[in-house]
Amino acid sequence: MASNSDSVSDTQRTLYPYVTGTSVVALKYKDGILMAADMGGSYGSTLRYKSIDRLRPIGKHSLLGASGEISDFQEILRYLDELILYDNMWDDGNSLGPKEVHNYLTRVMYNRRNKFNPLWNALVLGGVKNGQKYLGMVNMIGINFEDNHVATGLGNHLTRPILRDEWHENLTFEEGVKLLEKCMRVLLYRDRSAVNKIQISKITEEGATLFPPYSLKTYWEFAAFKNPTVGAEGSW
Amino acid sequence: MAKSSIDLPPKGGFSFDLCRRNDMLQKKGLKPQSFLKTGTTIVGLIFEDGVILGADTRATEGPIVADKNCEKIHYMAPNIYCCGAGTAADTEAVTDMVSSQLQLHRYHTGRESRVVTALTLLKRHLFNYQGHVSAALVLGGVDVTGPHLHTIYPHGSTDTLPFATMGSGSLAAMSVFESKFKEGLTRDEGIKLVCEAILAGVFNDLGSGSNVDVCVITKGHKEYLRNHMQPNPRTYVNPKGFTFSKKTEVLATTITPLKEKVEVIEAGDAMEE
Repeated sequence: MASNSDSVSDTQRTLYPYVTGTSVVALKYKDGILMAADMGGSYGSTLRYKSIDRLRPIGKHSLLGASGEISDFQEILRYLDELILYDNMWDDGNSLGPKEVHNYLTRVMYNRRNKFNPLWNALVLGGVKNGQKYLGMVNMIGINFEDNHVATGLGNHLTRPILRDEWHENLTFEEGVKLLEKCMRVLLYRDRSAVNKIQISKITEEGATLFPPYSLKTYWEFAAFKNPTVGAEGSW
Repeated sequence: MAKSSIDLPPKGGFSFDLCRRNDMLQKKGLKPQSFLKTGTTIVGLIFEDGVILGADTRATEGPIVADKNCEKIHYMAPNIYCCGAGTAADTEAVTDMVSSQLQLHRYHTGRESRVVTALTLLKRHLFNYQGHVSAALVLGGVDVTGPHLHTIYPHGSTDTLPFATMGSGSLAAMSVFESKFKEGLTRDEGIKLVCEAILAGVFNDLGSGSNVDVCVITKGHKEYLRNHMQPNPRTYVNPKGFTFSKKTEVLATTITPLKEKVEVIEAGDAMEE
């Protein structure tokens, strides 16, 4: 398989993303991990798909959230499917936990980056195994780290400050959801590719739960929005 | 055909004559001078009695912090202040210039300056320079028509907003505003929210840092709270500081002035006409 750049394989490397998903935000809470993402898939500047599931359970212990190129996300899901399948075939009572899946994804992403053919995604991997909570992130260039709260894309700039301020150990489920909603609302206001149809999912020792999608309430009644030129008619 | 000498108005704007020379020098290896940018978080919000402006105090030159405690809230008029982000020289010069123009206008009209006047003067100037004057401003003030808050972008467009953020830390500060702002805030709530927004920029953005400056403008009154918060104090290795235990004994004291003290007589020699 020719992997160095010659005219044939050049056209087969990922150069830019086409259908993209926007930010994913996730945090650790008392019982496990909470993750949120909207359901939009943008084709450049058009909002092409409005029901893309970007949060998926992986095996028994993990949740994967992806932003970036949707086709690469679907390819990653196939790789993980194969991984989990082989793991189950061992039938040895052991199952791959979030740390292992995260490590596998890091190797895959970094190797593809080294071949100049990246999977154009930023992935969030969270899970609970044997009482141990784990939340990590991998990038298309292979940067990976784990933390108490992570976000991809514009979420890094808009929601990490809120999370750094308001996250604490032992958030209850309701507090966690409220905090995630706060983050998703800011993203809805200020990210041009955000859609008002968000999905929240949680993973605990018992397993993963994907909640049905819903939309956030927004507020547009500020006086300055209604009448910005008060006192200066004709200006803007 | 004879050349007609039409008196053209003097060409304003920048002169790009030296660009070719600069390009040539760059190709030969001359590193271009870096300029002082303010890499900043600046915010403004409207509360029940007026406007509150806030800014951080770090000025960067590339990766280096050039000024740890600079002033980014500039005076425009007794009732109007302006925060500036972008190239430090541009924000200083442009706010200074419009401040003098406002003063002259006040003398001419005999009235208090209006925020929209400052807004129009600034945006006309910035548009004229097509974005080359790299100044992104948050302008706020209270005049006879009420409190106003505007943002002005380097290319000359403006927005009128109930809350605004600019600079590299604007996303971090905006996330705080979008989640916590509501109308009719009291003065203390407003100052607290402005500080929170600037602190979000200070701690989450590398281009912003050091202290928080706040300016509260209400009808007929303004308060410039320089270094209202100092969340990054200088720390020393020894937490107790330094004490010099053994006191040196003073044996004798003589004071010798290095210069002769000269008496200045009022109404001395008058200057030659």
